[in-house]
Amino acid sequence: MDPVFLARLQFGFTAGFHFLFPPTTLGLTLVILILESFHLRTGQERYKTLSSFLIKILAVVFVMGVATGITLEFAFGNNWSNYSRMVGDVFGAPLAAEGIFAFFLESIFLAVLVFGRRRVSRGVYWLAALFVFIGSHLSGFWILIANSWMQTPAGFRMEGGRAVLTDFFAAAFNPSTMIRFLHTIAAGWVTGSLLAAAAAAWLILKKKDAPAVAPLLRTALAVFIAASLLQLGLGHAHSVQVARTQPEKMAAFEGLWETQTGAPFTVFGIPDVKAQKIRFQLAVPGMLSWLIHFDAGAEVKGLNAFPPDERPPVVLPFLSYHLMILLGLAFIGLAGWGLLLFLKKRVLDSRLFLKMLLIAVPLPYLANTAGWIAAEVGRQPWAVYKVLRTADAASPVVPAGQILATLILFILVYSLIAAVGVRIMVKLVKKGPGAGEG
Amino acid sequence: MEPSALQTLWFFLVGFLLVGYSLLDGYDLGVGCLFSLLTEKEEEKKTLLRAIGPFWDGNEVWLLTAGAALFAAFPPVYATVFSGFYLALMLVLFALIFRAVSLEFRGHDPRRTSLWEMGFTLGSWVPAFLFGVALGNVIVGVPLDAAGEFRGSFLTLFRLFPMFIGFLGLSTFLLHGAAYIALKTDGPLRDRAKKAAVKLWWAEALLFVSCLALSFGYLSWARTNILAWACAAVFVAALIVLNLAFGWGNDRLAFLMTSLMFLSLWGLVGAVQYPVLVRARETALSLTAANASSGPLTLKVMLIIAAVGLPLVIAAVVFLHRVFRGKVRDGDPGY
Repeated sequence: MDPVFLARLQFGFTAGFHFLFPPTTLGLTLVILILESFHLRTGQERYKTLSSFLIKILAVVFVMGVATGITLEFAFGNNWSNYSRMVGDVFGAPLAAEGIFAFFLESIFLAVLVFGRRRVSRGVYWLAALFVFIGSHLSGFWILIANSWMQTPAGFRMEGGRAVLTDFFAAAFNPSTMIRFLHTIAAGWVTGSLLAAAAAAWLILKKKDAPAVAPLLRTALAVFIAASLLQLGLGHAHSVQVARTQPEKMAAFEGLWETQTGAPFTVFGIPDVKAQKIRFQLAVPGMLSWLIHFDAGAEVKGLNAFPPDERPPVVLPFLSYHLMILLGLAFIGLAGWGLLLFLKKRVLDSRLFLKMLLIAVPLPYLANTAGWIAAEVGRQPWAVYKVLRTADAASPVVPAGQILATLILFILVYSLIAAVGVRIMVKLVKKGPGAGEG
Repeated sequence: MEPSALQTLWFFLVGFLLVGYSLLDGYDLGVGCLFSLLTEKEEEKKTLLRAIGPFWDGNEVWLLTAGAALFAAFPPVYATVFSGFYLALMLVLFALIFRAVSLEFRGHDPRRTSLWEMGFTLGSWVPAFLFGVALGNVIVGVPLDAAGEFRGSFLTLFRLFPMFIGFLGLSTFLLHGAAYIALKTDGPLRDRAKKAAVKLWWAEALLFVSCLALSFGYLSWARTNILAWACAAVFVAALIVLNLAFGWGNDRLAFLMTSLMFLSLWGLVGAVQYPVLVRARETALSLTAANASSGPLTLKVMLIIAAVGLPLVIAAVVFLHRVFRGKVRDGDPGY
């Protein structure tokens, strides 16, 4: 088998699995920080109890994120040594900065949250919650700088086949960094807050001391509503950026082969690559042009406008991009429903809504993964857009058999971790707040 | 080619991160190795886990940061070592993954306690040994081609010299871990850790002498390196004081001495290696701080990042160890 393909599979599997955890962490640390702030201000025990409940869940999520994150820190050297040689000058720095500025902050102060409630003052404990929140978001910031640089590279020049940094800020704040960061953070808030809200919903449905759990439901739900609505604007802005800076990727997202004015936005459809068209298409004419240029008559470039060897694949980016959008709209619907219940002060009463929260828990994970697949497969055939092809980025000295063997091992080990991790989280939720208080 | 001041600085900054890793994660790796050997009682196992509970994760960040700093400052070195030592590093990786989840899962998943204990123990032994093996290889030299690619096999890594460095590293991790347990626990557990440390002391002394003799044979260029000999002298002094500290029952001094041993070993490595990062069999092909670094702007930006970040990191590490100072208390939350 082709070693480059195997290396891609391995990176896709290990990065995709890892990407289940950090978004959860982003949302959970925000809800925990809010609960701890209530506790600091009011001194009420119930906030503390609820926060401790979430911290136990966070600890499990965080460790799985750490364990699977080491893999990626190794991966660029293991499987992508040519990539590291050629662009390490630019790409390595944000990873190192992530270690120094984010990982230490997160792991050290999470230890205070998990083990230190009785050893530090209330103010210091709150600071620890703040630092864990900041640390997890900084981690996202630095790693998305690295990722964005692969999508829209800037601030460097090529010297003897190697990228050399010429402007740090141009490289760090390249055209896609900020919007990708905001979009991903909001996605994390949706993910983690829904998990927290669903945990509360489950406890209320099971009548496990509903009044005590209510503040958690309200807090998490408020974050979920805000983040889901925010995502409408952020998601849109991110798409506009993609259309402007990586037009062939947007063409793949939308299954647009021919350059056209008044380009349609496909709501539903299945791309047929051979015939270069979308089957079963349900589309709004002119809407894609309008979304990108605020002008329904504007021209949008199709895939055929690009050299054949620079076109991304269509099927996977198209399907995952549209799945992500549909899910995003579903979250907005759920958020609107929640907002309505909030206004009527009936959040705790609608059993149907609480059940919907439970059912919806896996959906943000699906949306995150879909969005990530769209972004990274849509970047192909490039590892670094228009700078380095994925085919030229792999390790020349690693035989295919070793990549395959370790891939199989990753699948086995990660499956075990996922199975046990999910069971432990379910168990922690079932135990509920206040159980085995540390 | 002489390395520039920036390149030299980064050579030692990566070294600093590795020292930080050895001193800090070193003790919890050691505890992981000794975990199943020192006790079979659940209460004592819990005490050991509590002793490292708040620390191990932050300690491991030193390794990740060292790896990332190597990537950023010396990309060709990161590329050559991580792709060249592929299977060995995959072993380390799987060990670290198992170790991390085992620590967290053990307490939550009582039906599979033995699986997670094995994960924790093996996950500690494998890296504690292989780190030294990897280091031994880049010191004694590996087959590199003109493009800087590793041209050996998995078995190339397990030659006599690297194996001995691996054993010396392992024994130092164990000794450091035993000293840490003695420092953090009470009663029979502390006494057993101390007894283990006394036995390990002999292994350590024997391995150090063997490695010194092997180095004299293999590393002909380093025979007259005065700094290296000075570091070796510091190591021997620390080893002797360590023995005295056992006798005095001074656990704090003992732990300081195992830390100093790590420090002097790294000093020895730095003295022998500088400015070489990966020695090639054909010396001209070696990867050095001068020929394998990032450009000056990257090194400068990284230096600013390190200058701002590292003092904060050190402050946070000190803060954490102060919050959880002293012997492990019975009521402490743990796994």
